[in-house]
Amino acid sequence: MSAQQTSGAGATEPRHGMRLLAMWLVISAIADPLFWFLAGPHMPPGDMTTTASGAQSDFNVLMMAALPVTLGVWLYYGYAAVMWRASRGGSDLIGGPKARSNLRVQAAWIGTTTVVVLAAFVYGTVELVVPAGAGGGEGPQPIWTPTSKTILPIQVIAQQWKFSYRYPTYGGFETDQLMIPNDTTVAFHVTSLDVIHEFWAYQLEVKADANPGTDNVAFTTTKVLGNVTVRCSELCGIWHGAMFNFGHVVSKSQFQAWATTSEAKLAPVTKLLPAFSWSYTPDANGAAGGYYPDNADKYNKIETYGADKVSVADTKIKSS
Amino acid sequence: MAISMHESVDLGRPGETPPPGAAKRRSPWLGQHMGTALIAAAGGFALGHWAGNAIAGNYENVAGSGQNNVATVLALSFGVLGWLIGSGALNYPLAKLVGKEPAPEIEEVGWGRYFRFTLDHKVVGMQYIIAVLLFLFTGGLLAMAIRTELLSPTTHYFGPGTYIAVVSEHGTVMMMMATSVITGPIAGWLIPLMIGSRRMAFPRVEAFSFWMFTAGYLVILTALPFGGFPTGWTGYAPLQTQAAGGMDSYLVGFAVVGIGMITAGFNIIATIINYRAPGMTWSRLPIFIWSLLAVASLLALATPTLVTGGLFGILDRTAQTAFFVNEHGGSSFLWENLFWFFGHPEVYIMALPGFGIVGEILPVFTGKPLFGYRVGAAGMLGVALLSFFVWQHHLFQSGINPDMRPLFMLTTELISIPTGFIYLTGMGTLWKAKIRFEVPMLFALALYFNFLIGGITGVFLSDVPVNVTVHGSFFVLAHFHYTIMGGLIFAFFGGLYYWLPKMTGKTLNKTLSLVHFWMMFIFFNLTFFPLFIVGLLGQPRRVFEYAQRLQGLNDFSSISAYLLGASFLVFTANFAWSLWIDPKPAPANPWGSRGLEWQTPTPVPFNNFERIPVILADPYHYGEENPLPVADLGVPVGAGVGSGGSGGSGPSGISGTTLIEGGPGDV
Repeated sequence: MSAQQTSGAGATEPRHGMRLLAMWLVISAIADPLFWFLAGPHMPPGDMTTTASGAQSDFNVLMMAALPVTLGVWLYYGYAAVMWRASRGGSDLIGGPKARSNLRVQAAWIGTTTVVVLAAFVYGTVELVVPAGAGGGEGPQPIWTPTSKTILPIQVIAQQWKFSYRYPTYGGFETDQLMIPNDTTVAFHVTSLDVIHEFWAYQLEVKADANPGTDNVAFTTTKVLGNVTVRCSELCGIWHGAMFNFGHVVSKSQFQAWATTSEAKLAPVTKLLPAFSWSYTPDANGAAGGYYPDNADKYNKIETYGADKVSVADTKIKSS
Repeated sequence: MAISMHESVDLGRPGETPPPGAAKRRSPWLGQHMGTALIAAAGGFALGHWAGNAIAGNYENVAGSGQNNVATVLALSFGVLGWLIGSGALNYPLAKLVGKEPAPEIEEVGWGRYFRFTLDHKVVGMQYIIAVLLFLFTGGLLAMAIRTELLSPTTHYFGPGTYIAVVSEHGTVMMMMATSVITGPIAGWLIPLMIGSRRMAFPRVEAFSFWMFTAGYLVILTALPFGGFPTGWTGYAPLQTQAAGGMDSYLVGFAVVGIGMITAGFNIIATIINYRAPGMTWSRLPIFIWSLLAVASLLALATPTLVTGGLFGILDRTAQTAFFVNEHGGSSFLWENLFWFFGHPEVYIMALPGFGIVGEILPVFTGKPLFGYRVGAAGMLGVALLSFFVWQHHLFQSGINPDMRPLFMLTTELISIPTGFIYLTGMGTLWKAKIRFEVPMLFALALYFNFLIGGITGVFLSDVPVNVTVHGSFFVLAHFHYTIMGGLIFAFFGGLYYWLPKMTGKTLNKTLSLVHFWMMFIFFNLTFFPLFIVGLLGQPRRVFEYAQRLQGLNDFSSISAYLLGASFLVFTANFAWSLWIDPKPAPANPWGSRGLEWQTPTPVPFNNFERIPVILADPYHYGEENPLPVADLGVPVGAGVGSGGSGGSGPSGISGTTLIEGGPGDV
């Protein structure tokens, strides 16, 4: 915004550039703290996980730059609309080479926007890489992984039009209840059985496309107990709008109890399911409803991403 | 000229007006026109449908569906072919193929010409205006239906299948319309007049683009009787492969519109490069023409990807190929890549002409030259170039190339720099200006207001960590409506209010125009701004059920949307009233513009310029004591007319040497 101040001022003319600069500084000085302290702490998606609070602060930081830019440009247009109307009279001779370009202004503008953009890029990259993908889908072989000692893999299976979840470290049982232990790093392995869906766990700040035949991994670490809304955010057919369910972040002991009980209770069902795999291929006679595990030998190893343990308790890795 | 239009064409031989009465004039209704085109299209449709059933009648894509994709695709393709044959679009190439000399085209008069395949770029431009308005209002009605469904989170006005068909149809119709909303009507009408030419480089190709565009409209409308398609305008496979018959209309429709876009793009490029009048150097080119050059390069280079992708989709659905079928060695990521490799340049196809129009409007109503002209032109070319390197930002969470996300974040954010150039030219032009708040100026200023919100929220979307929150949500929806509707559509209407007096010779009612502007501006913002919040609060796109707590915001948006829709009724009333019911003649140059297009008589003669003008200055010499005349519209014999790439012979007629000046004082 510094670009506006440079044009000179006539003898009788007010110093428009200085005025604009002063007004801009004042409104920025008001708007930024107002947003940061009043709205900032309440911005979505909250602070239930590390990635959620990370996204919240990223949003707020971007807002600190966006508000002055937006308000500055609007201020300029508003000021022009008020001050520089034809009805206010004045000389008609406002053209000529000086009105056509101004090297200093142009250079300042280009320089400023370039610096802001590059700063946004560096900040965004750091905030992407350090929190291990910031909760976004990182494909089958994530290169930015969490550093925690324990990691819990949860498989998210999307299909028209529901989400279900398999817990590979608990015998691979499948359920439509999403239970997540608190204070735990979770690796969501998102895949689809039919079309492209998207797993959006709003409060967890996890979002990953569910592609058929692909294991799309996203990480987060839970911090607060609470409920989670899961919605499909990639158009997947007529019931897309109704494809949602709810999850819960519970304490570790509650989770452990729920998981072991479910594992035992569902064991007869689990036996009938396709062997656990990171993705599944529909039976060639799709109408029959069968699914083959994809490349079961290649993928049956549970990736630990450097962690010592792959579940909450000291459960040993059970490969199917 | 590398490609000869051949001597048989009287039209557009620079330096010659067609001899009056050279060809026999007959009633336009006796020849080929939109009516015969419709009949031939229906015949082609029936023939294709029969042929498809004959070839593949025993195969149904979905068992028991009763729908045969081969029949649907052939019906639509033959229908389009029939539309072209019936309209006469193929007469010339077909006659050439069989070695006959087609009858020469002559200037047509009367109403009939607006329903015919015609080579006058001004008639094609008017045809395009009506067509894009029809397109726009069709999409708008569908939008009203969407907002009605979203009045309540639980009570449904439509079944889920109908709703998703409406959403998909709205998106696709609007996107198709937006590809051509300025490059078709306004640019088609203005390019030759702005660069001092008598015609587009390829008048038949221009008309062909228009007839393809309208064919695309008819094809995409057939999706509804086929049951619609469930994929939205993005058409993601495998949902695409799985969908019923309406999907074929989407794939064929986009391919048809795409072919029209490609031909339009090459035509615009050829015209701007080769048909500039002598003296119309690159540094004197109006900024709107620069924007069109950038857009045309995108049309020509990006759209083939869409057509190819559509062909793959059609083959998957009919010939059982497996381009997008994971189980058989294809990849659903392939469609995502092909689609967005077209789809993101497409976004700038829709943004840049708007920037060009406001760049023309601002100097006129500020009484100042365009500030930073070179920077503005460079900005447009920069945006066009960078737009090819950003497509994967639509796929940040898809799992493709996750390690490439920082790169695509960088390229996306870099686009802010050339876009900033365009704001720099706008703000610099306003500096110490003398602003006249006429209707076109209000639309231009509204573009800067709206597009800023669209652009800044784009930076949020480009930031991968924040993208995790907002991707696929109403935040994205609000963002691109702010850029496309808030930018392009506002510029389109600004351009219409600015140039319609020239195009039609009639004045639009100012009161109604102001009512239209303020309604559109206020209710556009009230419709779409709340949707940013709705998206941040977790509402995904294209849903018909949402959280109870979001009902207030959704209802607010819906009611505003109805009023936004009503603003277009005001426009339509104004349009009909001012042009037909109670027309008032417009002054020759109502805004005091120095643009070359305003220096021609109204109505503009068939061949635009009696003499090819010699351009003496760029059109932005406002606010100067003794400004250079923009052009010499009548030059003595042998003064160099016909050089400078206009590709024709020297002058043969006689005309006075009038130096034309324009400016606010000359109204």
